[in-house]
This record gives sequence, structure tokens and C-alpha cells, in this order.
Amino acid sequence: MLEHLVSSAVWKRTLLLALAVVMAVSLAACGAAEEPEEIEEPVVEEPVEVTSVILASTTSTEDSGLFGVLVPAFQDDYPQYRIDVVAVGTGQALEIGRNKDADVLLVHAKADEEQLVADGYGIERRDVMYNDFVIVGPEADPAGIAGGDDAAAALTAISEGGHTFVSRGDDSGTHKKELSLWSAAGIEPAGDWYLSIGQGMGDTLNMASESEAYTLADRGTYLAMKDRIDLVVVVEGDEALFNPYGVIVVTDANNLDGAQAFADWIVSPAGQDIIREFGVDTYGEPLFVPNAD
Amino acid sequence: MVFIEAVVTAVALLLQGSAELWNVIATTFEVAITSTVAGVVLGAPMGFLMGATRFRGRRLAVALINTAMAIPPVVIGLVVMMTLSRQGPLGFMGLLYSKDAMSIAQTLISTPIIAGLIAAAVASVPYKLRLQARSLGASRLQEALLALREARLGVIAAVAAGFGAVVRGVGAVMMVGGNIEGQTRVLTTAIVQESRKGEFGLALALGLILMTITFAMNGFLTWYQHSNERFDRS
Amino acid sequence: MMNDTQAGMALRCTGIRKSYDKRTVVDVAELDIPAGETLAVLGPSGSGKSTLLSILGLLEPPDAGEVYLDGNRVTHRDKTARMHMAAAFQSPYLFKGTVADNVAYGLKLRRMLSVDRRSAVADSLERVGLGGWENRSALTLSGGEAQRVALARALVLRPRVLLLDEPLSSLDPLIKGQLAQDFARIIREHSMTTLYVTHDQNEAMAIADRMVILRDGVPVASGTVDEVTGLPPDAWTANFLGAESPMQGSVVSSADGLIGIDTGGCVVYAGGSEEIGSRLIVGVRPEDVLLFEGDADIPITTARNRFLGTVVDVELWGVMYHMVIDICGSRLASRVSRASVRDMGLETGSKVRVVFKASAVRYKRI
Repeated sequence: MLEHLVSSAVWKRTLLLALAVVMAVSLAACGAAEEPEEIEEPVVEEPVEVTSVILASTTSTEDSGLFGVLVPAFQDDYPQYRIDVVAVGTGQALEIGRNKDADVLLVHAKADEEQLVADGYGIERRDVMYNDFVIVGPEADPAGIAGGDDAAAALTAISEGGHTFVSRGDDSGTHKKELSLWSAAGIEPAGDWYLSIGQGMGDTLNMASESEAYTLADRGTYLAMKDRIDLVVVVEGDEALFNPYGVIVVTDANNLDGAQAFADWIVSPAGQDIIREFGVDTYGEPLFVPNAD
Repeated sequence: MVFIEAVVTAVALLLQGSAELWNVIATTFEVAITSTVAGVVLGAPMGFLMGATRFRGRRLAVALINTAMAIPPVVIGLVVMMTLSRQGPLGFMGLLYSKDAMSIAQTLISTPIIAGLIAAAVASVPYKLRLQARSLGASRLQEALLALREARLGVIAAVAAGFGAVVRGVGAVMMVGGNIEGQTRVLTTAIVQESRKGEFGLALALGLILMTITFAMNGFLTWYQHSNERFDRS
Repeated sequence: MMNDTQAGMALRCTGIRKSYDKRTVVDVAELDIPAGETLAVLGPSGSGKSTLLSILGLLEPPDAGEVYLDGNRVTHRDKTARMHMAAAFQSPYLFKGTVADNVAYGLKLRRMLSVDRRSAVADSLERVGLGGWENRSALTLSGGEAQRVALARALVLRPRVLLLDEPLSSLDPLIKGQLAQDFARIIREHSMTTLYVTHDQNEAMAIADRMVILRDGVPVASGTVDEVTGLPPDAWTANFLGAESPMQGSVVSSADGLIGIDTGGCVVYAGGSEEIGSRLIVGVRPEDVLLFEGDADIPITTARNRFLGTVVDVELWGVMYHMVIDICGSRLASRVSRASVRDMGLETGSKVRVVFKASAVRYKRI
């Protein structure tokens, strides 16, 4: 009788839930059991005074997870420094640099970065790496632009067909890139079809997916979210879609030595190798291409 | 079913006891409690003065406090950030992107809330009760403490509201703390980050942990209130 | 220099003025409470009596004027002086906590050791009839019990001056009467200097030695309880006290400690001696005025004053009738029991004989 009242799906769900809890508990127990062994290891390192280096970067860079491997590797090489990543919009990151509230910047807005250095707020801009942007859209592809490698042509098709396009509209590097693409295509993006939402990349991808719209995304974030959204890459490979990252040590930085050490390290073979490997085991392809001189 | 998964994730996260998560929780507590205590220290005298005394400009002060209660936290965060910036007036202290900066911003948020609610609570204590205390030899301070004790229910509600506002706040701490992993990341900024990355389940799990903390704190305050209530009017 | 009248004064004030929103609420040129006596400040609500108590109790500063405690000038900033006083108010305003917490409040502020405190609290509760009530919650008491605790809380401090602001007026009549007696006894036993603010003259008469009547913040009558209630100086005061306006007349005879006063047709005799021709106001307390049927034989009595009058007003006040009788064009009040009114068939227009002793007549020169 019970089977008629309660669907088997519910039972399965309950069972899974119970399993998950049991697994979690046992994981915790293992973790606790392992701990004492680690304590056995004698500490040989001399204690060093650790100073903080504030690295201002963009949310998209942080969300990609790159710093998760980059920062520990740097700190292994330079234990006297602790990298504190402040991830904000590109505009805000540049402003933080101008205010000397950050020691070093890693952003992707080349023209603005060069302006910052020209204005004397940064010591020097050095190429670090690039990733690329992709135009993504619903699988149905109502604008008929799938498979192309001409960003300007694709955007023209979207605007002429009045197909929904979601713009980050947050003055981020991605947003600036998007605006430069519209401008190169000779289009003033405006109208019912153009949604400027002033949010981060993840939010923008989610909204594009929910409203079956096109948007411009950096490949890293798109790959990270691919499984959870209904969007496919429709245009890629246009040189205009490349997104170069630069590192800038802030003039008169609070922790100038630390900032300089990080900037030198990230363009060194040690840093560049880590960038080259990052993302391969997860996505089968690297998210960033190192291009330091 | 995403909600069930969130609960599972939350329980799993807590049980795994990842140092990172506990660090975020500890920072959340540290900043919230520091700024609530500071809010009480600053707000209680202000609230008492506004609720229980008459002085020139009192109405203006009440209006200002009520306005301050309505200022969006992100605006407070912006002002604190500009003040603590190395280019700002207090830049020499080097506090931006630290827990101290977060506590300062959060204190500016909690203080008007605590002051405003304590003012309302103390105003409900009869003036003659304070005269009574004064007539038995109470000094100004002792009289104020008695009024706060009499208005305990409202005072506890004020503290709970102040704590709630800072523990759930995100705009200000994001701006002045910078959401630095291991340093200034708190539950709310972590939630924003995970949602931004599309990790909705994880974000929701962190939200559940935040709710649990708030619930525990309110439970504690309610218990404290009850343990004193046997002498209250029924 | 302190003069003789100031010497025995526990509490004294001069030239006290206080205004709220440009309205003068207290304007008292002079007020004294002799040590060990109880002064009642009587007045209708809004007459400024509570404000006067706050000023005298150093709880609030006056706009002008001085307060003296035992001859020394004191102000509301004077904490030591304030420590010599203690008050209880209309609402008992008990604090959250136990009865003992409440009674001990002032002792704690005075940093009394907890052992001494405990016995002082027990003693004080015993005195107000609540021995052993220490551990009850203060907020579950009845009105009368709470008021006793409030009194104990003030008494335990053994104040130089006790301030009571309408302590009984929120109680029901039965408890009120009983508590008034108890309060009077307790105050008398300790010969405590007391300022007692009330709007109820019965309470004032039960407790006070002297009284002051306030009207719009200004004292309009003062003296012993007998003087003030027996001879209200003007129509407003008389009306407030439920008496009739005093009669006016001039002295026509004075011999052997007895004066005759012509009040316009009738001669009223009073004890004392005055110059012939002096103008006086004259009053008799209603309870001293006896009424007999118009044609009755008056029993042999020492009462010197006997008149024939007409009932002009009959009102039932509580358990007694308040009768107003016209004698020779003056109005005189009398208090008569219900039974007497029924037996004598008294009503407006009845002719009655009015009898009172010369010693019951109060008079004052004008």
C-alpha cells in the first residue's frame, strides 16, 4: 500500500541524503584521526615576519580559481610575504591602485593600465598572460551566428535581429571589451533587446541562460559554469576577443618590495609555468596563455 | 531539490571542518561581535540621552539617528573606505582591507540602530521611576543604568537588531574588507562570491550556516531575557 | 545669620519659582517644615504640588529660589544632601527584582555592607507590616503591598526628610484608609520630618500636623490642620475643602476670654480676646455644627451659639450628609448622619436649630 502513496523517487532521495550525511560524518572522522600524525613533524623553519601584499584584481580572475594555485606557490618561494587578494571590478581595482590602497595590480584593461602608468600611479606595466572572450548564446541560436569567428559580424546580426543580449554594464574589463566590440562594429547598443545589468560574470551568464540570450563571457568563467547553464559558444577565435592581463607595481606602494617580488615572480618561468598548467586537469584545456617577455 | 542539497552541503561543510570555512565563521563572529559591542558602548549612552533626557537639539539628534538607521550600508562602506584609504584622512593608519576596517564600518551601522531602539525603549520607562531612583540617592549614571535595566526587553531587542544588521550586512564589509581569503572573508561576502561564480548550492549552504548563527544568537538573547523574566510583570 | 524661626526647620525654601513652557507651575515665597513634623501640601491636580516636592527633594532644580536642609543651602547637585532624603510616589515604581532588591536599592547606593543591608531590609519590611516578604517578586504585589514596599524602601534609609507624593491615591478606599492610619503611625513613631503631597484632605488630616494649600502653584492657606480646615481664608479654598466660605463680621464685645462677633444680624461667640471693632473672618468646621429640629427643646449644653436657620442645600457625601444652613444671611455647613436626616425629615427649606460651641469657632483678623 505504501508504494502507492509514496513514490520510489522520494525514497531514493532520502536514502541519498542519509548517505551524504554518513559520508560527511566519516570524512570528518577521518580528518580528525589523521590530524595527530601531522603534528609529529618537527618544525624546522625559522619564523619570519610576514608582511601583507595587497593584490587588487578582478572578480573574474579570482572566480577562475587561478589565485588558489598562484598565491600559495608564490608564498612557498617567498614566505616573508602574504598575498591578500582584493577582487573587485576593473574600474575599482584601478581606482584602488591610484589611491595606493593596493600594492600591486593584476587586471585586464590594457589601455587604462597604460594610462595609469603614464599618469605616474604605476611603475611599469608588464604582460603576464591572456585569455580570450567568447560570445555565448542559446543552442537554438536564433541569430544564426554559430560557428563564426567574426565578432563584429555576429554582434551586427544580434542587434539587427533584435535578439536579447545581456551586458554586464559594470565597467569591468569584460564590459569595456564588449563596448569596444560594439564600437568596432559601428553599433550603438540600445533598445529592448539590450539588457545592461551591472553585475558580475556569473550573474550575467545565469541571466543570459535563463532568458535565452547572448552575452560576452571570458572563457574561464564560461568553462567553469558550462555544466550549470544552457549556453554554448557561438563565436570564438577573433583576435579582437583576446584579453591581455598586465601586472603593475603601484608607485610608492606600501609594501613596495613585496609588490615588486610578486610582479617579478609572476613573469618569471616559475609563475608562467603555473599559469600554463592551470585549468588543464579540470577543463582539458588551459584557461590562460602566459605571454611574459 | 536544490534546497535539500544545500542542507546536505551545509552539514557536510561543517562536519568536514575545513580550516577555511571555520576561519570565515570565526571572522564573521569576530567582526559582528566587535561591532555589536562597540555599537552598544556608543549607542547605549546616546540612546539613553535621546530617550530619557531633554536637551537643546534633541529632536535634531533623534532625526539624525533615524536617518542614519536608513543609510544603505554600502554608502557607509564607501565613506569608510574613502576615509581609510591611503589617500584619505586616516590613511596613515593603514587599516583598509582589515578586520578593523570592517569593524569600524559595521560599528557605524550598528550604533544608530542600537541607539535608536534603546532611545525608544528607555522613553517608555516612566519619568517618575527615574525620579524615584534619584530620590533614593542614585547618581545620573546609576539612574541611567536603572532605566536601561527597566527597559531590558527593548534593550535586548536593540542589541539583537544591531547584531542582526552587522552579521547579515555585506555591502560595507565587501568594500572595506575586500573579501580577502583567510583574512577578511566573512559568510556574507563568501556567499556573494560563490553566487557570482554560479555555485548556488554552496552559497545557499553558507546562507544556512549564517542563519544558524543568527538563530543561535537570538536563542541566547531570548534565553537571557527569559532567565530574568521571572521578576517581570506578567 | 540664622534667625530663630529658621533654627528648628529641617527643610525650608524661599522664593521658589518654576515654569514649564512659560507657564508658572510653582511660585512659593516661603515654606518651612519644622523638624519632626509632617507638612501636608494639599491641592487639586495640576496645582504644582508634585513639582514643589521634586524641588524640595532636590530631584529637579527650580528656576529661582533656595532650598535649605537643616539651615544649610542645598541644590539638586548636592548628592550628599539628596542622600538625606527619600521619596515614595503615587505609583510605587518598584524596580524589577525581588522585594528585598527594591528595599535594598538605596542602601546599595550608599555602599552598606550586605550583612547590615539584610538586617536593615528585614527590619524595614517588619515595620511596614511585610516581615518575611523579602524574596517575593516586586511586580506581583497588590497595590497596597507595593505601596508598603515603596515606603519601606524610603524608610530603610532613615532619611532626614521623608517625601511622600500621593502615596495612597491610586489605592481603593478600604486599603487607603487602613494604610493612611499605618503610615501616620509609622511616621509618628519615628518622628520623621515628612512632606506629604496629596489632593485628599482626609488623608492630610489623618497624617499631617500642618498643611499648605496650593492653588496654581501659589500657597493660599497654611497653618495647623485645624486652622486651615476650620477657617478657609477664601471661597476657593473653602470650596476645595468642601466647606462654606467664611463669615465676615466685626467684634462687638470682648470679655472674660469670650468675644462676640456680629456677622450681619447674628452675634457669634468665640473664645479669645480682640479689640472691639476689629474686622474678622469666622468659620466653624462642619462636624462641630449640630442641628436640631426647629421646635425641639435643646438639651442643656455649654454650647454658646444657638441660631434658627433654614436648610438651603442637602448633599450626600459618602456616608454623611453635607447640609448648608442659612443663618442671618451667612452660610454655615454641617455634617449630619443619614439616620438624623431621616429622623428629622430634613430637606431644603426645613427650619432647624443650629448649635455650636464657642471653642469650635475659628477666626482671623482681616
